[in-house]
Amino acid sequence: MNTSLKGNWLLVLAMSLMSAPLVIMYGFQLIDSISRPAPGGIIPQEWELTNWRFLWEPIDSARPSIWRVTFNTFVFASSTALLVCAFSITAAYALSRLNFPARRFFLAGLIMLHAFPTITLIIAIFIVLQFLGLYDSLMGVILVKAALELPFGIWIMKGFYDSVPWEIEMAGVQDGASRFRVWRELILPQVKPGLLALLIFSFLAGWSEFILPLVLAPGADAQVLATYMNAVIADDTRPDYGLFKAIGMFYALPVIAIYLLFQKRLMNIYGGGTKG
Amino acid sequence: MQIKLQNFTKRFGDTTVIEDMSLSIASGEMIALLGPSGCGKSTTLFAISGIHRIDGGSLHFGDRDVTTLPPQDRPVGVVFQNYALYPHMSVAENIGFPLRVQKLKTAEIKRRVGEMAELVQIGNLLKRRPQQLSGGQQQRVALARALVRKPDVLLLDEPLANLDAKLRLEMRSEIRRLQRETGITAILVTHDQIEAMSMCDRIALMRDGRIEQISTPSEMYERPASHYVAGFLGNPPISFVQAEANGKLILGAGNALPMPQGISARGAITIGIRPEHFGPQHQGPSVSGRVSFIEPQGREDLIDVTLPDTQRLRAIVPAGHNFALGQDVSWQVDLSRTHLFNADGARL
Repeated sequence: MNTSLKGNWLLVLAMSLMSAPLVIMYGFQLIDSISRPAPGGIIPQEWELTNWRFLWEPIDSARPSIWRVTFNTFVFASSTALLVCAFSITAAYALSRLNFPARRFFLAGLIMLHAFPTITLIIAIFIVLQFLGLYDSLMGVILVKAALELPFGIWIMKGFYDSVPWEIEMAGVQDGASRFRVWRELILPQVKPGLLALLIFSFLAGWSEFILPLVLAPGADAQVLATYMNAVIADDTRPDYGLFKAIGMFYALPVIAIYLLFQKRLMNIYGGGTKG
Repeated sequence: MQIKLQNFTKRFGDTTVIEDMSLSIASGEMIALLGPSGCGKSTTLFAISGIHRIDGGSLHFGDRDVTTLPPQDRPVGVVFQNYALYPHMSVAENIGFPLRVQKLKTAEIKRRVGEMAELVQIGNLLKRRPQQLSGGQQQRVALARALVRKPDVLLLDEPLANLDAKLRLEMRSEIRRLQRETGITAILVTHDQIEAMSMCDRIALMRDGRIEQISTPSEMYERPASHYVAGFLGNPPISFVQAEANGKLILGAGNALPMPQGISARGAITIGIRPEHFGPQHQGPSVSGRVSFIEPQGREDLIDVTLPDTQRLRAIVPAGHNFALGQDVSWQVDLSRTHLFNADGARL
C-alpha cells in the first residue's frame, strides 16, 4: 500500500484535486451543522449544537417529531426493499430458467421499464391510488416505489441466476429433488450475494426517495425525511439553513454507515459473481 | 439393469437432432457414446436421465417403461462434465443430498455417505468444501453423489474432459474400477476415442444423430464399418489413399497393391492403412515414395511417405532407423489389415 502510494503520487494528487470540491462540500455540511458562521461568511465563529435541537424538541408545533418521521422513512425503505427482493428472486428465476409463453416479451418489457422516466406516470399513479383509497398513506407510496424498483431488481437478480451453472440444477433434479426444492436449497444460496446487495440497494433507494412521497403522501402522517426536510425550508420566509444542514447530516448518516459496512458486498451487484 | 432405447427421436424446436435411434445395453455393461461434438451423444444421455423429454420411441429400464417418468423418479445417477457440486455444501452434504431428499434418517445418511466416501477414497475430505478440492477429488465426490442412491444406471457426461492429462489417466481406471465393483450399468459420453476404448465394454460411435457402428473396441478398431469409423478411431490416425480397383488396386504413378482376398470391387475405392501396418518392418507388397516428414516420439518415430501422385501414407517405425527427409523408400503394407471402402464410405 505504502509503496504503491509513493509510486503513484501524481495520480493521487490529481484524484485529490478532482474530489476536493465534493470533500469540501461534505466537510462544510458537517461544520455548518455544529457551528454558526459570521453573517455572509463561511468561517465558523462559535461551536454550538442548537442546529441539532430537532433531535430532542419539536422544531415547531405544526410538525411531527423527527423520530416519527425517521420511523416512517425506515418503514418505507425497508418495506420497499423486502417487497422488491421477494418479487425479484422469484420473477428473476422464472425469467432466467423457465420457458413460459411471452418470455421474450417480458424480458424486453423489463429493460424498457428499467429505463422508463417514471415521473411521467405520476398522474396515472395518483389517480389509481386515489381510486384504491391509498392516496396519502405510507402503504400506497410503498407499493408504488416497490413496483417502480422491481424492473431493476429483477434484472439484477436474473443476471445472478444466469451465472449459476445449469448443471447444478440438473444435478439437483437428478438427485430426486423437486424444482422448487432445487431452487430453494441449491440455487438460492448461490445468488445470496446478489440478493443482499439488492436488499441494500433498494433500501437506500427507498430511503432517498423524494418525489413519490411528496406527490402521493403529502400529509403529515406519512411524512418521510426527504419531504420533512423539504417542508423545513419551503415553509418559512426566513429559512434556517443551519437546521436544514443538521437534518441533512442526520438523514445521510444511515446511508454512510450502510456503505461503510457493506461496500464490498455492494460491489457484487456490478460484478455479478457468485464466488464463495 | 438392462436398458433399452427404441426408435428414440429427439427434436429441439423444428430441428430433429436424433431420429429413430435404437440402443440396447446389457445389465452391468459399460458402453461409450462416442462422437464429435454435436452428434447427439449428450442429448441421448440426457434423454435417458430424464432431463430431455423423449419426443418419440420408448425407454425401458429392465421391464419397466420409464419413457415418461420425470428425472426425479428415474433410478439414474449422473456425473456432469463440470461435476456440478453444490458449492455451498460440504463434501458430506453433497454426497448426502440425494438421501436427504429421500428423507432418510440422519444416522442412516451418515453411514451411507461414509461408506460411499470410502469406496471412492475420499473419506478424509468429508468436511471440506468443493472449492478446496482438486479436480480429481471433485470428480470422486461427483461419483459418490451419483452412486449413493444406488441407482440402476450410471450416466457419465464427459467426466474426464476437465482433468489434466495425468489425472485423466488415473480417473479412467478409477471409474472403471467403481463400475466393476458396483456392477452398475453405465453409459459414458465422450469425444475421446482413447477413453471410450480403454474404459468401455462396447462403443456406440455416433454421427449426425445416428449410431454409425456399435461393437467392442477391438472389433471396431479391427473392422471399422465405414470410412468415418476408421477415421475416428486410432492415434495417430489412419491414412486414406484413393485407388482404382481394376483386378488390382492402382495407386497411380507406378504404385499398385494386389487385391486383398475375397474382394471383387471395381472402380474408385478408398484404402485405409493404419500407421502400424505400413513400414520397412512389415511383410507384404510394397509401396514406394519419398520421406516427407519425421516426427520423433521416443520409442518410435512417425514418418510420412508421400507417394509420387502426392497422396500420403503414415508409418510408425521403431526408433533407431536411418531414414532421412527426402529419401526415396519402398516400404511394405500389411495387406490383410488394410480397410477398403467404396465411394459411399461403406466397408467392402
